[in-house]
Amino acid sequence: MKKLMLGNEAVARGLYEAGCRYVSSYPGTPSTEITEAAAEYPEIYAEWAPNEKVAAESAFGAAVEGARSFTGMKHVGLNVATDLVFTASYTGINGGMIIAVADDQGMHSSQNEQDSRHYAVSAKMPMLEPCDSGECIDYVKLAYELSEEYDTPVFLRLSTRISHSQSLVELKDRVEVPVRPYEKNIQKYVMSPANAMRRHPIVEERTRRLTALANTDKINKVIPGSKKIGVIAAGIAYDYAKEALGENASYLKLGMLYPLPTDLIRDFAASVEKLYVIEELDPIIETHVRAMGIACQGKELFSLIGEYTVADIREKLLGVKSASVYAAEDVPVRPPVLCPGCPHRGLFYVLNKLKLSVSGDIGCYTLGSSAPLSAMDTTIDMGASISMLHGRIKARPEAAKTTVAVIGDSTFIHSGLTGLVNITYNNSPATVIIADNSITGMTGHQPNPATGVTLKDQVTNAVNLEEAVRACGVRRVRVVDPYETAELEKILREELAAEEPSVVITRRPCALLKTVKRNRPLSIDPDKCRRCRMCMKIGCPAISFEKGYAAIDSSLCVGCGLCRSLCKFDAIG
Amino acid sequence: MLNIMIVGVGGQGSLLASRILGSLFIEEGLDVKLSEVHGMAQRGGSVVTYIRAGEEIASPLIPAGECDVIISFEKIEAARYLPWLKEGGLVVVNDQKISPISVLTGATQYPDDILDTIRAKGVKLVAFDALSAAAEAGSERAANVALLGAASREIGFPREAWEKAIRQTVKPAFVELNLNAFEIGYQHA
Repeated sequence: MKKLMLGNEAVARGLYEAGCRYVSSYPGTPSTEITEAAAEYPEIYAEWAPNEKVAAESAFGAAVEGARSFTGMKHVGLNVATDLVFTASYTGINGGMIIAVADDQGMHSSQNEQDSRHYAVSAKMPMLEPCDSGECIDYVKLAYELSEEYDTPVFLRLSTRISHSQSLVELKDRVEVPVRPYEKNIQKYVMSPANAMRRHPIVEERTRRLTALANTDKINKVIPGSKKIGVIAAGIAYDYAKEALGENASYLKLGMLYPLPTDLIRDFAASVEKLYVIEELDPIIETHVRAMGIACQGKELFSLIGEYTVADIREKLLGVKSASVYAAEDVPVRPPVLCPGCPHRGLFYVLNKLKLSVSGDIGCYTLGSSAPLSAMDTTIDMGASISMLHGRIKARPEAAKTTVAVIGDSTFIHSGLTGLVNITYNNSPATVIIADNSITGMTGHQPNPATGVTLKDQVTNAVNLEEAVRACGVRRVRVVDPYETAELEKILREELAAEEPSVVITRRPCALLKTVKRNRPLSIDPDKCRRCRMCMKIGCPAISFEKGYAAIDSSLCVGCGLCRSLCKFDAIG
Repeated sequence: MLNIMIVGVGGQGSLLASRILGSLFIEEGLDVKLSEVHGMAQRGGSVVTYIRAGEEIASPLIPAGECDVIISFEKIEAARYLPWLKEGGLVVVNDQKISPISVLTGATQYPDDILDTIRAKGVKLVAFDALSAAAEAGSERAANVALLGAASREIGFPREAWEKAIRQTVKPAFVELNLNAFEIGYQHA
């Protein structure tokens, strides 16, 4: 039976059908749903790990023990996991292992649009890239076969438009793959210099063998059409090219991005009049083709930035312009905002009021940088809020009185703990705020080690944030409800004045959690409202000042009461 | 090929409508691709779902100027995606206003006459209060099915096929409610 399936769900289906036993990941858009969908299969043990490095190492451990394993992450998550990747490429595995990495061309939900294919080249690890949900299932199975036959973890590269698009798949039964026997093998798995020196030539030989396979395997295929135009493409870029050019081109559709099929590329190039490489982001395939001495066009026509479109490819290669019939209306933009009732709103209101410089981090609370709250100075990577704050204070000691770090509960466990240890060990009088909304919010409500619940919804041990930061050497630990703005302000003033490290935990659960009660919507009494705009300072999407006075949209208001607590004229009730 | 877009504000929920469409097209033996938005934009940003059906679909995205029907959950979102509409295409819009933050603060104005502006371009437009229509059928949550009902004449397929798709997609307890919402929407078209 044919079924519509999200690319990420199809990857999970592939894991199920291929006999995968162990999945460990950290959430990150656009990769999150793979692990969530995998957790729906009772045959697969699936978990959220504290970060991508731990997830990848755990999955690698399961593979070394002999089970087929998986870890999935977004492109920037791979930066965190790379420490494992480069050396796991040397040791190889026992049971098959897949590392899925989902790039985010166009930066729909990311802080950069790095091209993860570079990692396959530099770690010398094979990489496959599917172009629809059906291939997601097929390539997972192929990746496990390659992993076990060629003794290496295998990358599965995805992108937003593959991960978050649905297409038709055929479901098959699971094939059970027993856990292979584990054998102690010091030369293979202990990467001391002497052993690593013996492994490196094995990696190079493996790449030669994989290149030979790539030339003949059906994963790379020629789709014949007009010989006037030849297109080399993979993944979503192939989909765009196929729609744009149809029969007007022949295609070399690559399913394996590393290593590339040298002979196949040479033969294909010779069979067409003009060769184009169409790949979003960096010229990885193009550079390889050019290095082979083959003339082709790529980045002189197509951008290094953002997503490609069918219309753009059609125009550049066929000269056919496709245009909009109806011009865009100049309507106000609609950027994402903190939700009504969001616990972070009280925190950022106070930070803005105190005019503090805020070393920020990655999560829903990054939206605290938007006007009118505008209470964030930097957002770089997971955990950078705390480490950067330390550096800022060491560079300018008086910054300790005017600067704070803000990090979410999940991000703190991901990469904040080590930064905090740097603060206590090297003693900067820093003030770190952990915005604890008791969930991983932005990626869609995943539990984390501080919530006491697992991915499979079972109650488990919980990290106690207060005890954890005390164990790191912080003596001044305060806990406050971010909606108690006066109390929060008082605490922040005290901690900024203190001459030693302090942590302030602002604790209030995410307003979107089902366990959080919605209150009756509030309204504004126009007779009492003095139009002071105090309630507008919190940037709540339920409060407007469109007609010269404040009004609350009852369909959006969740009755959190933050605006009421700030109104000096008792006009909100 | 059929190209349909469902647009709106993150959190409004377009999932049910796109699932009903997917079910309808599979039943008709068509190839289907559908592209969704997850992540940051879901926090109150502008969101779009592309749904394509035909003999063979390559790209999951709809090129500008090729969309047959735009279903919009909010008024200015309909205007934002007009460049995707093909000549003579249909726009079905929920007559609801959700102000973006710049409007709330008074920095910009919400164009209250936006539906007239769209009509003035010669666009086929069906606008009605889908929330009230759905409430009439039993629950505001069926608003997206009411909008689908209004779009269904343009999209085509026999009435029975739509009913079957709804029955296959929604929980049994909500089938009647959604069929009613669909019918009310259908009458608006």
